[in-house]
Amino acid sequence: MARVLLNIPRTARRGDIITIRTLIQHSMESGYRPGADGEVLPRDIIRRFTCTYDGAVVFAAELTPAIAANPFLSFTTVATSSGAVVLRWEGDNGFAQTETRQIEVT
Amino acid sequence: MRRLLALLLLALPAAAQDRRSGFDDMARETQAMQREDSMNPGMLWVLEGEALWRRPAGPAGRACATCHRDAEATMAGVAARYPAWDAATSAPIDLAGRIAQCRETRQAAPPLARESQGLLALTAYVGHQSRGLPISVPADARLAPARTRGQALYAERRGQLDLSCAQCHDDNAGRRLAGSVIPEAHPNGYPLYRLEWQGLGSLQRRLRGCMTGVRAEPFAYGAPEYIAIELFLMARANGMAMETPAVRP
Repeated sequence: MARVLLNIPRTARRGDIITIRTLIQHSMESGYRPGADGEVLPRDIIRRFTCTYDGAVVFAAELTPAIAANPFLSFTTVATSSGAVVLRWEGDNGFAQTETRQIEVT
Repeated sequence: MRRLLALLLLALPAAAQDRRSGFDDMARETQAMQREDSMNPGMLWVLEGEALWRRPAGPAGRACATCHRDAEATMAGVAARYPAWDAATSAPIDLAGRIAQCRETRQAAPPLARESQGLLALTAYVGHQSRGLPISVPADARLAPARTRGQALYAERRGQLDLSCAQCHDDNAGRRLAGSVIPEAHPNGYPLYRLEWQGLGSLQRRLRGCMTGVRAEPFAYGAPEYIAIELFLMARANGMAMETPAVRP
């Protein structure tokens, strides 16, 4: 399990714009760099990130080899109803991680 | 917390206030990255270190927390006092060295190599407990010879470029080397997340970077020369606030 840093408000008022910030530990090996032995290191990156809020996708991103290690993503959405924010990262070599946080909307 | 930090900064001695942390020369975006814990990638290692702190290791199944309890209480200010004198080896020892030594002798666990992710994580976690506290060099006379040695190493020209640390970091600090501002070389944020490394690294890794930069043969990891230089740099930065885990470009 990769370590993650998440900044998601626990509570919000209906109609508020909330900012979700995510940072995940990942080497994001581009697939173009030679290793110490001169052989090119195989690509190992996160390819897709999706965020669903209360069952609906509110943000998704395709990640590419040019993105730095430990990718940081920040985006906003509108607080509509209380529910789960599910964050999912998927990548090479079967990398998959899911984090869930509850938002209480009043 | 922020108010406490401001108070601490005001309470620092005058010499420390003249000193300029590398933080002050960074781009605003990089400063924001360090300031906000949820954006600071160094915190990933701190989290990892916290888990390692509580995880039992070795045949006796002892964790760091078994003896040292809650790091937030027992480790506050510890990193700001290192390197310290090690009675067992009769030599100065840095924080990473002490953690590796404790793990080997007291936990009897497999040793952690220098610059390994585990050792970096534990050092970052312990160092993080001193964040915001001023560097307070111990008044231990046994450390003085190594500190003098460190000062000499800092002023000694080396490598094919025939440059000493002091020629850039004292004489030309604040000016530019190509596009980058030359910092004053303070050790107040290590281990730190360097954007160039895309990972966390120790002061020794940073010193090696400078040494290969002037095309000198770097010392091996854990060499007494690095500890001597660290002793001198810590004394030079005495009173500056710790920033572990810092972010640098």
